[in-house]
This record gives sequence, C-alpha cells and structure tokens, in this order.
Amino acid sequence: MLSFSKWLRQRPRGFRHGTHPEAHKDTTSGLPIEHMPMVAEYSLHLAQHAGAPSRPCVGPGERVRRGQTIAEPDGFRSVALHAPVAGTIRAIEPRLHPAGGLSPALILRTDFLADQSTMAATVPEPGDRDGTLAAIQRAGVVGLGGAAYPAHAKMRIPKDKRVDVVILNGAECEPYLTADHRVMLERAGAVVGGLTVIMELVGAERGTIGVEVNKPDAIDALSRACRGDPRMQVVPLSVKYPEGAKQMLIKAVTGQRVPLGGRSFDTHVTIHNVGTAAALYDACTAGLPMIDRVVTVTGPEIVRPANVRVSIGTPVSALLEHCGGLRPAARRLVMGGGMMGHSQVSLEVPTVKAFGGVLALPGTAQRTPEAPCIRCGKCLDACAMFLNPARLATLSRAGDVEGLKQANVQACFECGSCAFVCPSYLPLTELIRTGKVLARRTGS
Amino acid sequence: MDQVLTAILLMTGLALASGAVLALGYRYFRVEEDRRLRALEDLLGGSNCGACGEPGCRPFAEALLEGRSRPSQCTVAAPEAIAEIAALLGVEPGTSARRVARLHCAGGRSAVPMLARYTGVPTCVAAYQAQRGGRACAYGCLGFGDCQVACGFDAIEMNSERLPVVLASACTACGDCVDACPAGLFGLQRVDQPITIQCRSPLEGERARASCAVACDACGRCALDAPPGVIEMRGGLPHVVQPERATEQCTYRCPTGAIAWVHESQFAYDVPLSALRRHYG
Repeated sequence: MLSFSKWLRQRPRGFRHGTHPEAHKDTTSGLPIEHMPMVAEYSLHLAQHAGAPSRPCVGPGERVRRGQTIAEPDGFRSVALHAPVAGTIRAIEPRLHPAGGLSPALILRTDFLADQSTMAATVPEPGDRDGTLAAIQRAGVVGLGGAAYPAHAKMRIPKDKRVDVVILNGAECEPYLTADHRVMLERAGAVVGGLTVIMELVGAERGTIGVEVNKPDAIDALSRACRGDPRMQVVPLSVKYPEGAKQMLIKAVTGQRVPLGGRSFDTHVTIHNVGTAAALYDACTAGLPMIDRVVTVTGPEIVRPANVRVSIGTPVSALLEHCGGLRPAARRLVMGGGMMGHSQVSLEVPTVKAFGGVLALPGTAQRTPEAPCIRCGKCLDACAMFLNPARLATLSRAGDVEGLKQANVQACFECGSCAFVCPSYLPLTELIRTGKVLARRTGS
Repeated sequence: MDQVLTAILLMTGLALASGAVLALGYRYFRVEEDRRLRALEDLLGGSNCGACGEPGCRPFAEALLEGRSRPSQCTVAAPEAIAEIAALLGVEPGTSARRVARLHCAGGRSAVPMLARYTGVPTCVAAYQAQRGGRACAYGCLGFGDCQVACGFDAIEMNSERLPVVLASACTACGDCVDACPAGLFGLQRVDQPITIQCRSPLEGERARASCAVACDACGRCALDAPPGVIEMRGGLPHVVQPERATEQCTYRCPTGAIAWVHESQFAYDVPLSALRRHYG
C-alpha cells in the first residue's frame, strides 16, 4: 500500500494527445558544456527578444568592455543588450536574423589584447522587489525556452492576479536538444537559486521543477539541490511532445487547463525555463549580464556534436567550425529544436538569445509529395490543443478567415505534431501558420 | 363529391384570405424605395470591390443618392456609365484620376539569387514566414502569386520571371492586392503619373546589388536629375514627393532600373497572349 501511494506521488505526469518523435538526444546528453573561444566578429541583433527592440547607446568606432551595455531597453517590454567581448563597435547595419528577414544589428570587432573580464552590475538588495526587477531588465535576461520573452516583464503580475506555483520548465521535449539537460545537471544549484529568486519576486508559496523522466540524472541532481527546502518539488513528466509547452506543462503539474486565449496567471501559475532561472540567479547574485547561452550543436551531419556555452552574436559558421564543421551530406540547418526550429538560409546568421539548438540535418531536394487527406484523424489525436488541424488547413487554403476564427486558429502554437503524424504528408502546420497570419491581418 | 367540394372551397377561401392579408400589408407597411437606386446599381456593375470606400455597390449607390459620394469615385464603371449616373442624379460627375496598382519591386527570378531552396507551401504568405522563401533579398516579391488569387478582376498575371503583371486596363485600384501581398509591395498610383519606384530594399551600394540585380543601391542619381524637391532619398530609397512634377529624365541614369517610367503595365513583356486578348480584344 505504501509503495502504491509512493508510486502515485512519483508517477510521471502528462497530458492528453501529443506525439512521440525520435529523441536523438543520446549523442549530446552525456557531453559536458564546453566554452567556445572568442571569434573575430560578433553581430548582435537589437531584436533579441519579444517586444520592442533595444535602443543602441554606443556608436561606430566606440570601444566597449566585455559585459558593457551597448543597447538600452526601449520601453517596459524590452531589455538591455551587452557586449559579449571587449572590442570596438564597427557599425550598426541590417543583418540576417535567424527568425527571418534582416534586422539591425551592432557589429562588434573583438580586441584580442584587451582585458576580457566581465563588467558586473551592482547586485540588487535582497527584498527590494522593484530594484531587482529593474536589475533583471538591465542584465538583459530573457526567457531561454524559445520565445525570448523579457523575464522581468513576465514576473510583474497584474494586480487582479496572483501566483501560487512557479513552474520551472525542464521538460526539453524537443528532439535533439540537450542544453537544458546539461544546465540542470551542471548548474543544479543555480537553477534552484533562480527558482528561489522567482518565487520571492512573484510571491509564490511553492516552486516546482518539471523534468521529463528520460533525464533521471537531472531529476536526481535537482532533487538533491532543493532537498532542504520544503516549498520545492521536482515533478517527473511523461516523455511526450509537446510536454514543454506552457498549457501542457500546467496540465501535467497542476492538472488545470489554461482557458482559451488565457495566460498562465489565470491558473495562478507562472512558468520559466530552467536556463532562464540559472541566468536570473547569475544576474541577481553576481550582477552578470546575459551575454551567452548554452546551445546544443548536433544532428547527423555535424562532425563533433557538442553542448557549447556560446556568446550571443557568434556567427553560426564559427560555431559549426568549433564543432568540427559540417559533413558533406548536410542539406538543412535548423536553429532551435527539431520540431519548432527555424530553417536557415545562410551560415552567416548569428546566434541570438532565443535559440538553444543548431541542427545540421540531411535532406532531399524535394519534399515528399502530399496526398489527399484520408480522414484518418491522426492529427486530431496528436493536437494537444484539441483543435482540428485538417479542417484548419483546409480553411487556410480556402482563405476562409471567418471559419478560421471560429475554429480557434489562434489557439495553435505551431508545435508541428499534426504535420509530423500525417500519413498523407500534408503540410498542416505550415498551412495553419498561414491561416493565423490571414486571421490576424483582417483584424480580430 | 361533397368532400372534394369542401376541400376546393376551403383552399380557395384560405388563398383569398391570405391574399387579402398580403394586399393590406402591402398597402400599409410598404417601404418606398428610391426608384433610381435600382438603376444606379445596374450602372455600377455590381462587382462589390470596395475601391470607392463603401462596403459594396448598393451602399455606394445609397451614398450617391444622399450626396455623400461623387459618381467618379467608382473606379470600375466605364466613363459613359459615370456620365449617365451623373445625368440621372443631376450632379457633377466629379473628377478622380484613374489609379492602378503598381509593384514596388522588379526582382524577378533571374534577378535575385537564391540562398536556399524553398520546398514549402507555394503561397507568398507561407514563404514570407519561412525565411522569405530563401531569396537573397528579404524585401522583394516572393513570386507565388497571392495577388493573382486575390484579384477579383483577373487583372494580375504572373510572367515568366514570376513577377505579377498588373494589366493597367483591367485594374480598378480596388486594393485587394495591396492587402494580399505579405511583403507590402503594392501601391495604388495615378495612371497619369508614370514615375514608379520598383524596389523596397533599404540596403545600399554593394550589399543591395548583391541581393538583387535590379535593386536600388541608393546612388541618388534620380534625385539629382529630377527638378529640385521632387525626389528625396530616405532610408536607402528614393521617395517621389511631388509625382506630378517628375520627368522621365530622372529615370535615365538609374544603373539598375529600380526607378522606371511606366505607361501601361509593368513587366508585361511575356504575359500569356490569352490574358492580353481577354482585355485588349
């Protein structure tokens, strides 16, 4: 009986629907995080985060120190940007952004002879809530899970809402990625420290770290790190995609559903990535700005897969070179995860705060031709938001904006599960993404 | 026999009673409609394109009757029809210059290098989301013809360069293509002002030319050759401030053809004959 209640407490929690893509994590999950040496030039996009791009506060020709603020936050939903190395600002010009298109970036040329110690900011007083939030904004901390939402903005809770539980997202359900896994293993103390910081700032009573059960070593490390604190708990999660999406994670941990179009606050929960927590800990205890992040460089077409702590703004070509370069069969380069990542068109794109993976994949010249929908309903069973992907895709093809809105197209967060399971190879996610653009364009 | 007679009488009585109710209803609840409304609708053509600013042809006809609009605001109806409407209403037809949609990009298939092969959904909106379809220029025409689909007047044809050719004679300036283009490349322009800037890339010099053979590289010659104050260089592109004073001369020295003097249709060199026949007879 005792063992049954223990099982009940420790069983992996999950959600309904979803898919099981091949994980491909074994190549890098055992590799310690390595540091990448400096490169000659960095391009730092002003739009590193969701919200208003940063406003540059240095000009061409100016010398900057490592960790010096080179762009100020432009408004509340914006953060500062810092020089990842000591050097000289060469220009501010449009550069390719990994998320698509060109956007203005600061070009920083490294001075290899300069003092490369990091400029640290003054550490905020413990208990000074507004001061700490401002310090986090000045340190340029954004969510490292992929959306790059400014961390301080996420921690300002609307007056009519409250937060009971802080959930740290260590699910890392995306195929190939092991960056969060390594952070949880190697910096478990910092992750738990970050969780304490977040809990104090949002006034939450409980802190939970959700980790998929395919990372038992990370669960052990985190359990050990938060053993002394009865408010904290590590929750094992089922291995399923998209376990790390906010709605699924909340369902798994608290059993609650986020209302349609609602936010995490509506279920008295706030979610941060484990990497963000570690960065918050660094910013709040050592005053360190966010000038680097851990990136998993992997895929079948990379010579030496690795987890690399890489400075923001490093060209992907240099990062690939550090990892032994590409194999001849490499055809596709994806930044981000295997399911939701962005395909790249150039090796010259720089790393940004948002993306934790660089995947080199083989590919064929043409995609598999699509066949007609056979009404098998697999996409309905895969959709974790309980939408009807096949219908949304049809509506999108027809340009039926009213129909798309009625079918809740905006609830889709483009996880890609529907297209992944479709036996007819229909580009469902692409079509739904197009439908979201159409629906947004004609007003809501 | 009796039963049959009863049925006939009952049905006849019912019909007469209903008829009487309808007749009374027509007598007392009738809404008087301006007879000219129907005539106006016929003259306007009923395409409901929305170019006049009203939701459709009937609201526009109502606006005409109330004097809120001028007949010439309809860009679809033929000039004779406009004159007839004006005569019917006894108002001035008003003058409004004919406008057409112009594409602010000339970067066709052979002008823009490809950085990657795009194998996604063949629509402009989808390609725009996915790294601009892998084209070296992040601002230009994607070439999948969303505008052609959006055009309700069959006025847009894609040429072999995958550039949309707006058939000037068929375009009514309704603006549907302006909304459909994810890159925002269409603009409505007066036909009698042929100066057209065929680029939207803010890149300058060598970088602009590397991304597209016909990009504006911001050399500024057009601004120098135009009468003073007509063309301004802003953000790596020329802006025609006073199109009515522009001369053809300011396009002569453009090294890439990014500024052009367009009389009929842009890029119309190899439009399928069938399409041209449809409009030119």
